Amino acid sequence: MAAEHPVATPAGDQTRIHNIGYRAYDGPRLGRSYATRSLYSQSLRGAYGLGRSVKSKVLPMLLFVVMCVPALIMVAVAVATKANDLPVDYTRYAIIMQSVICLYVASQAPQSVSRDLRFKTVPLYFSRPIETADYVRAKYAALASAMFILTAAPLLVLYVGALLAKLDFTDQTKGFAQGLVSVALLSLLFAGIGLVIAAVTPRRGFGIAAVIAVFTISYGAVTTLQAIADAQGSTSAIPWMGLFSPVTLIDGVQTAFLGATPSLPGGHGPSNGQGVVYVLVVLGLIAASYGLMMRRYKKVGL
Amino acid sequence: MTVIATESLSKRFPRVTALDRLSVDVGPGVTGLVGANGAGKSTLIKILLGLSPATEGRAEVLGLDVATKGGAIRERVGYMPEHDCLPPDVSATEFVVHMARMSGLPPAAARERTADTLRHVGLYEERYRPIGGYSTGMKQRVKLAQALVHDPQLVFLDEPTNGLDPVGRDEMLALIRRIHTDFGISVLVTSHLLGELERTCDHVVVVDGGKLLRSSSTTDFTQTTTTLAIEVTDTDEHPDGTRAVREALHARGVTVEAGSGLPGAGHILLLTAQGEETYDVVRDVVADLGLGLVRMEQRRHHISEVFKDDQETEEQQRKEAVGHGS
Repeated sequence: MAAEHPVATPAGDQTRIHNIGYRAYDGPRLGRSYATRSLYSQSLRGAYGLGRSVKSKVLPMLLFVVMCVPALIMVAVAVATKANDLPVDYTRYAIIMQSVICLYVASQAPQSVSRDLRFKTVPLYFSRPIETADYVRAKYAALASAMFILTAAPLLVLYVGALLAKLDFTDQTKGFAQGLVSVALLSLLFAGIGLVIAAVTPRRGFGIAAVIAVFTISYGAVTTLQAIADAQGSTSAIPWMGLFSPVTLIDGVQTAFLGATPSLPGGHGPSNGQGVVYVLVVLGLIAASYGLMMRRYKKVGL
Repeated sequence: MTVIATESLSKRFPRVTALDRLSVDVGPGVTGLVGANGAGKSTLIKILLGLSPATEGRAEVLGLDVATKGGAIRERVGYMPEHDCLPPDVSATEFVVHMARMSGLPPAAARERTADTLRHVGLYEERYRPIGGYSTGMKQRVKLAQALVHDPQLVFLDEPTNGLDPVGRDEMLALIRRIHTDFGISVLVTSHLLGELERTCDHVVVVDGGKLLRSSSTTDFTQTTTTLAIEVTDTDEHPDGTRAVREALHARGVTVEAGSGLPGAGHILLLTAQGEETYDVVRDVVADLGLGLVRMEQRRHHISEVFKDDQETEEQQRKEAVGHGS
């Protein structure tokens, strides 16, 4: 662009540049925050395979469709049967679909960070104006946003469907808002845990397996222990156990504060006091994920 | 004008001292940074990019302090790492556009500069294919392109000829030369091969064990004396023409050594030209003996020869003399 409009200098026509030769760039340099935003948008697009090969679009797109289809069916049923309420609460949807969400974070967290480590692209990023913190923030924000899109899209389908079915507007809006808060927290928590695990290994396969293992094993162990506790009648311990798995953490928070019905066995949700602990643990885990990633990338450097 | 200036720059790790009170000034142009592996070259680049704090001393790049202005330096400087750094599943165009944006170029400018830069480094139709299928030479060009795409004032090239075949090596060296002459960008290029840099660089800095060994212009290194290489034919009268010439030159008081490191060793004589008259002496000697002069050419000293310990050189000459005497 610069070459077509040579800058007029008092000296005259001295600044003409040959078209085939090297052209210097004298346009704007937008600096660090623009570079961070560029990395964010590239990573967010990458989380759905955009700008990458056709093969890498398949899984994220498929999971997105799988997330939305049940919501569409529920809406269709609600409209057709003129039901008074949706078959599933907004807050409940993500808990039901947890395995799909888990698969998504397991496949896309390593994609986002392990690739840069494995192909040693990280040093190139740090030779640009951005700092370690910018890289970590951009990657974290991108994956959390991608997960929010994944989890909020079906809620939007439910909400629009509910309005079409002429369900109570205030009720539905309140439920939708509570659902959005819940999946926002879930996205931050899951993305953080997924990225920390993935950032440890440059091997994508290990990353995927480790993320799946952490989510499913912790959930399986917690729900099994809760079921045993329920059967033995020690119900007071049940809510505390929920602190040890990401899914039950989110479930606990929304049960205590977002009007969700608990999915814990026997309906033993955490009380408001325990709910505060849940929220603190969730926020603590999010902060810890960020801190651990910062530590990790301080070491990677060049 | 100084592009890079360091002042008793030191970097100590718990076990090793990577840089030891290094003070050096580098001007515009192509500068070679030579040293064995582990001599502190990469550590120096890291400090100059503002990514690793120096233990002691200070350094400036383009007049900006590395300790406080790292971001501003990295906006004006390009970096080509030694190791692989390219994701295989994206095309060169996509990758370089992304890296251009990471340097702060707006989207339209990033695309335009990418097309320009890839053309300048010699990548054409293949730039739309995934990088995974590229040859080593093409990958090196992509690495170079990402370092140049934002039109920096200075580029750091870390071992750019690593892993290339002789032809690719020559092409890369020619390209590095053009970065300065055609693009007007100063270059700091590292290598552990001295011979490679003397052809390309205006100035050479030699480091060893984190210490500065020598810093001077390439002409200083190689033009303190002119070396002539001569090769002659054999005739019936003089079955060993080379030997005959050597003896005749000795008689005229010109010291001659065998060019043992060259192809065709044994048939090539090296002598130090004291001035114009040496050329005449050689011509006369060869003509008097009735031999054919196959070649007489100026040979620049290799930097390595300049750095050879004097004693070592003497010893070698003695050995060669003995070898020839027998």
